[in-house]
Amino acid sequence: MPYDPVLVQPMRDELTAVGIEELETADAVDRFLADKSGSAMLVINSVCGCAAGSARPGIKMALRHEVTPDRVATVFAGQDLDATARARSHFAHIPPSSPSIALFRDGDLVFMYPRHQIEGRPPQTIAADLMEAFNEHLAG
Amino acid sequence: MRSPRPLPDGNNARHADKGDLHGITVVVDTTGAELYIGRFFEQRGDGIVLLDVARHRDGANGVSKQQYVDTAARYGQWKELAQVLVPLPEVRSVTRLADARA
Repeated sequence: MPYDPVLVQPMRDELTAVGIEELETADAVDRFLADKSGSAMLVINSVCGCAAGSARPGIKMALRHEVTPDRVATVFAGQDLDATARARSHFAHIPPSSPSIALFRDGDLVFMYPRHQIEGRPPQTIAADLMEAFNEHLAG
Repeated sequence: MRSPRPLPDGNNARHADKGDLHGITVVVDTTGAELYIGRFFEQRGDGIVLLDVARHRDGANGVSKQQYVDTAARYGQWKELAQVLVPLPEVRSVTRLADARA
């Protein structure tokens, strides 16, 4: 059952405040991922502690890197159920987890950062891992 | 492996008294053929309780324990069981999945 939207709103705002587009419907997810040009990052946000303490602050740090995805969006697991299910359908061969982060280039999934890589790790580590992925998959 | 008493709803919440591994996805290797990957909930007197658990038997589908762990370390694990209690005498090791790749 979804959490109280009032409690969740700050967790949404933390990402949208830095320009990350929030996708609340399956159609919005399809529109976002239909654009195969360039690079895109999709964040599966969640209410769990590792999203608050590690993932969201780490993502914000990483997006200050010199190489970043062209477009960044987020869905909220456990809240926007249809949007999250549709997002996961684009990488259905990968076990679902949240928070998690998917990176696409020219429409192809090139990097997946699942929850277990995030749990218990400081945001600086998350940011470093993401920046390394940006360099490897998006630069050039 | 036994199924512990179901936990109350809301078991995603962190509990400060459950130890450093609480909420962390771990690999529990056993002295037998079974291996479990799941979110560490707690260690009790009778065993380790895991949530959202994948279970693998060494050699099943031609996949060794290490091969199974390597794949899970890259992508995560498919949940097969909501909860598992792994009896302590059967536990060979407990490792963070994030640190478990060969």
